[in-house]
Amino acid sequence: MLKRLRENKSSQGTLLITPTLIFMVGLLIIPLLLTLIISFGRRSADGNVIYTFGLHNYIRILGISTACEGGQSLCFDPLYANILRRSLALAFNSTVLVILLAYPLAYFIARAHPKRRNTFLFMVLVPLWTNFVIRVYAWMMLLRTQGVINSVLGWLAGLVGIPFAPFEMLYTPGAVLVGMVYEFLPFMILPIFTSLEKIDNSLYEAAADLGANPIRTFLRVTLPLSMPGVVAGTILVFIPVMGTFIVSDLLGGRQVILIGNLIQRQFLDARDPTFGSAASLILMAMTLIVTFFYTRKFGFGEEIVAA
Amino acid sequence: MSEFAVELQDVVKRFPTPEGGEVLAVDHVTMQIKNGEFFSMLGSSGCGKTTSLRMVAGFEWPTSGEVYIEGIAQGHTPPFKRPVNTVFQSYALFQHMTVFQNVAFGLEMDGAGKDEIKKRVARALEMVQLTGMDRRYPRQLSGGQQQRVALARAIVKTPDVLLLDEPLGALDLKLRKEMQLELKALQQKLGITFVYVTHDQEEALTMSDRIAVMSQGKVLQMGSPVEIYERPNCKFVADFIGTSNFLEGTVKSLEKGMANVFIPAFNTEIKGIVSGEVSVGETVAVSVRPEKIRLADKAVLNQNCFEGTIDLVTYIGSDTHLYVGLNGMKLKVWEQNKISSLDPTAYYTVGQKVWLALFPENTLVMASE
Ligand SMILES: Nc1ncnc2c1ncn2[C@@H]1O[C@H](COP(=O)(O)OP(=O)(O)OP(=O)(O)O)[C@@H](O)[C@H]1O
Ligand SMILES: [Mg+2]
Repeated sequence: MLKRLRENKSSQGTLLITPTLIFMVGLLIIPLLLTLIISFGRRSADGNVIYTFGLHNYIRILGISTACEGGQSLCFDPLYANILRRSLALAFNSTVLVILLAYPLAYFIARAHPKRRNTFLFMVLVPLWTNFVIRVYAWMMLLRTQGVINSVLGWLAGLVGIPFAPFEMLYTPGAVLVGMVYEFLPFMILPIFTSLEKIDNSLYEAAADLGANPIRTFLRVTLPLSMPGVVAGTILVFIPVMGTFIVSDLLGGRQVILIGNLIQRQFLDARDPTFGSAASLILMAMTLIVTFFYTRKFGFGEEIVAA
Repeated sequence: MSEFAVELQDVVKRFPTPEGGEVLAVDHVTMQIKNGEFFSMLGSSGCGKTTSLRMVAGFEWPTSGEVYIEGIAQGHTPPFKRPVNTVFQSYALFQHMTVFQNVAFGLEMDGAGKDEIKKRVARALEMVQLTGMDRRYPRQLSGGQQQRVALARAIVKTPDVLLLDEPLGALDLKLRKEMQLELKALQQKLGITFVYVTHDQEEALTMSDRIAVMSQGKVLQMGSPVEIYERPNCKFVADFIGTSNFLEGTVKSLEKGMANVFIPAFNTEIKGIVSGEVSVGETVAVSVRPEKIRLADKAVLNQNCFEGTIDLVTYIGSDTHLYVGLNGMKLKVWEQNKISSLDPTAYYTVGQKVWLALFPENTLVMASE
């Protein structure tokens, strides 16, 4: 038996991937299948699942309604479609903003003196040591009507003697955007930094040697060679922003409901796991579609460009 | 056009070290490199070759002194404004660009038109024998081919001066030899000044019009390969270039370019050509190349002739390499095998007594430092 194993490459391979397979099946495939089965079911009066097969949950999300005001038998109810659209738009905007902020930061860190570089990286990572929720709460303190920002502004206005009405910042889409950008910035900085750091200094010198000024060197050499980092960061940021509900819950209040909030409420408040499951799968499908087209265009960011 | 393509005037380069000290990488170097010349900087690791080259390219600025290109002082001119191009030791090819795009890069930066770029890239690729490879990426090429791309990328701009930093360092011996000849041929065809950095003395000797031998940031000697090999101006150069036997002695007298040197180990005087500068009373090195010692069965000279015993015989085909012991020293002697014999004794035997004739015209007296 052992001898056979030693000689047979393919059974060795099977043995080696077995742990991975067990994990994948146990933690990914089975839960997904359960979610799929539940999403076809119906909610019972006490919030349990009645296992039937129907597409009613999906029909509801897509906004095809039978309870219409004008007396028609079928009409479009944009409630959930709007949530989906809002989630997508927010994820898109956050990701773009995160890229715009993270790239210069990563560039600055990558080109900093090696001694200071570690300090900067440390500073990027420090926020991740505190709890996610606590960091969002900190933003509430800052953004509240009587919060830090308004107090400071009011105090400054008082100094110069102009009347000051506090800004309504908390519970707005803007607050959610700020929260998202803040939360996920490190996940963009790190991969971009990594790919920038990999670029050998001699490439910059070669570009300069061939007549490229610093701006053209950046556009023709630095930027393309750091794209794998941008792509990896985009995937790392876009997917969680699509799904997260804490940021929008705390900073958006009832104003900004995203698909993550919808799912959370179906499971906890509305006690309808069947609709929650359907919404989860829709979220997954949307994320997959976006990442599919994105990675088809840009790759997975894994093609490490050997310098 | 100025007579010199590149001139280094009393250039000094100091680097700060992380420990807070300073390294003197280039120590008061003055060089004049003529237009169209194949000029090599030769020296062992850390002697400041790369640093000197980088100061010409503009990647480093001299701490003091001045670099001139075509007679124009460069000061702090950035690299992209200097009329020189570099072939990097690591090639530094753009991995995200095809061979064509790599070679076209420099022309695009100059704002050349599409058609012109196409024509010139094709010509450059033809020159380095890479025609047909233009759509490959660097990672799809062998080391030798990547080296050629780096070369094509640098020559396509027809710079006044091409700087090459150990461009063949990563290639195997056979390919290296081939590329040496190709580079030399290319240089003659283009008529561009080549400034070539290498630590391989054979490479420098085969390719260069002139060589600067460097050590510890200083230029020790500058001259043609023949001058460097036949008249090294100090022991370091004689030792670094080729192989040599050294005897230590004191200069007794000098006349007409010849010196009489007392060798304590032999307790006699030896006569040789003054190579470089020596003065009477100075402790000097007497250098004799192993291929220039003549073996005989009797004393063929009144002076400079010694009897010794053969210690070791190594037959290497074209030559026989011998170690001859005399007065407790061992001298290397290389004899060309001008005979064709199967008899091993025809090529000397261990223990055999022989006379060594160190002809004064083949014996060099030079500074020992
Ligand atoms: N950027 C730098 N910072 C500090 N010291 C440096 C720097 N560049 C070179 N040096 C030092 O300067 C000296 C000369 O270096 P250089 O690279 O010119 O040597 P080299 O002759 O090219 O050697 P090799 O044949 O190994 O490439 C070395 O002692 C090196 O450690
Ligand atoms: Mg070097």
